[in-house]
Amino acid sequence: MEKFSQHTGVGVPLRRSNVDTDQIIPAVYLKRVTRTGFEDALFAAWRGDPEFVLNQDAYRSGSVLVAGPDFGTGSSREHAVWALKDYGFRAVLSTRFADIFRGNSGKQGLLAAQVAQEDIELLWKVLEARPGTEVTVDLVAKQARAEDVVVPFEVDDYTRWRLMEGLDDIGLTLKHEGEITEFETTRASWRPLTLPAKHLPPVEVVAARPVLRHGDDALA
Amino acid sequence: MAGTLAEKVWDAHIVRRGTDGAPDLLYIDLHLVHEVTSPQAFEGLRLAGRPVRRPDLTIATEDHNTPTLDIDRPIADLTSRTQIQTLRNNAAEFGVRLHSLGDADQGIVHQVGPQLGLTMPGLTVVCGDSHTSTHGAFGALAFGIGTSEVEHVLATQTLPLAPFKTMAITVDGELPKGATSKDIILAIIAKIGTGGGQGYVLEYRGEAIRALSMEARMTICNMSIEAGARAGMIAPDETTFEYLQGRPHAPEGADWDAAVEYWRTLRSDDDAVFDTEVVLRASDLEPFVTWGTNPGQGLPLSSNVPVPSEIADENERVAAERALEYMGLEPGMALRDIAVDTVFIGSCTNGRIEDLRSVAKLVKGRTKADSLRVLVVPSSARVRLQAEAEGLDQIFLDFGAEWRNAGCSMCLGMNPDQLAPGERSASTSNRNFEGRQGKGGRTHLVSPLVAGATAIRGTLSSVADLGPDVEVPDGSPLEGAPAADARQSA
Repeated sequence: MEKFSQHTGVGVPLRRSNVDTDQIIPAVYLKRVTRTGFEDALFAAWRGDPEFVLNQDAYRSGSVLVAGPDFGTGSSREHAVWALKDYGFRAVLSTRFADIFRGNSGKQGLLAAQVAQEDIELLWKVLEARPGTEVTVDLVAKQARAEDVVVPFEVDDYTRWRLMEGLDDIGLTLKHEGEITEFETTRASWRPLTLPAKHLPPVEVVAARPVLRHGDDALA
Repeated sequence: MAGTLAEKVWDAHIVRRGTDGAPDLLYIDLHLVHEVTSPQAFEGLRLAGRPVRRPDLTIATEDHNTPTLDIDRPIADLTSRTQIQTLRNNAAEFGVRLHSLGDADQGIVHQVGPQLGLTMPGLTVVCGDSHTSTHGAFGALAFGIGTSEVEHVLATQTLPLAPFKTMAITVDGELPKGATSKDIILAIIAKIGTGGGQGYVLEYRGEAIRALSMEARMTICNMSIEAGARAGMIAPDETTFEYLQGRPHAPEGADWDAAVEYWRTLRSDDDAVFDTEVVLRASDLEPFVTWGTNPGQGLPLSSNVPVPSEIADENERVAAERALEYMGLEPGMALRDIAVDTVFIGSCTNGRIEDLRSVAKLVKGRTKADSLRVLVVPSSARVRLQAEAEGLDQIFLDFGAEWRNAGCSMCLGMNPDQLAPGERSASTSNRNFEGRQGKGGRTHLVSPLVAGATAIRGTLSSVADLGPDVEVPDGSPLEGAPAADARQSA
């Protein structure tokens, strides 16, 4: 993972609360099997609206999203983080993040910075008054700055350390493989194993077929 | 020291305790996998040359993308077909057990775990799916994870996690007739908000919760995530043990006895301290429906659509205005006057046998409203087989409903089961987000009973709206139906 200590880029004011992951990336885009190439899917439903903030030239190249409270609620899809990153975002600022979204962000090097709502309002004012204004997100000082507005943000210490060091979780965990193996020897025998598989006898499952509804042409 | 249920399960899984702000390393007992959030995780393993550490603690099924019609033919949507084929390839390559489309054990991952008896009290259960909270109904600590974490669990069978806070949600008293566990959870989310549970494991307690069946408890825990919580839990009891005993993977003999003895200790101690406590009176509850575009925007069915200008908080007012515009609703109109185009009965929230039975009892001998379509999608192939053995399929077909194969279906519209733009649904699923059930689709979350009554009348309705003589059905087998306990037959 790339190290992250400070980033400066165009701030995008997103005046919406409860931006759920179905808004960030609708489910139809989740069928891909790659980890990149989701930029076209970001906010797909809203991108059709010419008034939408990312459709305005001044914000199009944005990389710091300033959103309303409860960002990233709903599904666990990490695709939401990939879509934001693929579009070019490096940081999202909000008063509250959904837990899974915040966790996913940390794994992918997208900073989810928690900012007080009154400070979000201050940033929105600057970014709306002068579209294209850059925001500096400073992970060392835990501050976001736009023109003369300087606001503090919160991010948990462990995530901050991992982002600043660019560390990969699996590699960190595997340093403790001996302890994992030892733990496994203590596992009670009633705890389930999926293999060998046990199940009820196989039964043929009959496929449902489309039904004709009134108004449908026969076999149309 | 006194502990909560969540803390007890957590502590029993610590491989390595974190120091200096580092998270604990937690062992994972059961890892559920499906086609949507796993391909990039397996790819990560392949690139790093890592195996799946414990294929014997991992199980996969196909659910999100799968069609519910013509399942014996190639999947028409090419990207869906590719994703499912990718899971099949990955399962074969890494030695992971997979229940594929057409297999009797295929179905929504959160039904497959419990019905196989793999979900048990005291486990840690994860899946790349936020509704993994469902399994908390058994007293397991179960939560959704992202794809990077899926890869982490595949590689190490552990997760580094910072401890959660705990919230007790006590539901006292007895539910009135016509109110169900779905109404309990919709009322809880409306009360604490979609962010109210953030950072918490919720523990549901109280007389009304104890009285619920396992399936009804799963409905509640399933939607914990809609309140923003990582997980929801219910302490195991006789209801839990009765559900589990005899299932394919349930412990047997001495193992069963040892397990039950341990499971009985899995309750919050009387003097345990929760970070937050919430109390609801069950007797106050009535059928609940959502009017907006997040699950917290819900109200009793007897009320009216909110009037945004009367909402004091600016953010909430703007959100309500937006929601009403999207939903195409007039402020102040009666919720009962809302006509729907589609009734969807299914999903990991309410697609189980008891849900299907209660709706079948309600609609038996009736015909659906002409103006709408009704889609019934069992949560798993076994549930479908059981329903067919009990004759429920014929009741639904006679009613005018479509009887489909199992899967996530219209809950999230990744397969062809979608709402058209502007189309309105009453849905027993879990999310009413914009576009969730299809671009431009409008969703009202409801209980199975409200779904059934709505399918009969054409507008959002409760059982009571069908007349004073109509009995409120429960989830028990229909009178005269052949005994078809999924454990023994099917």
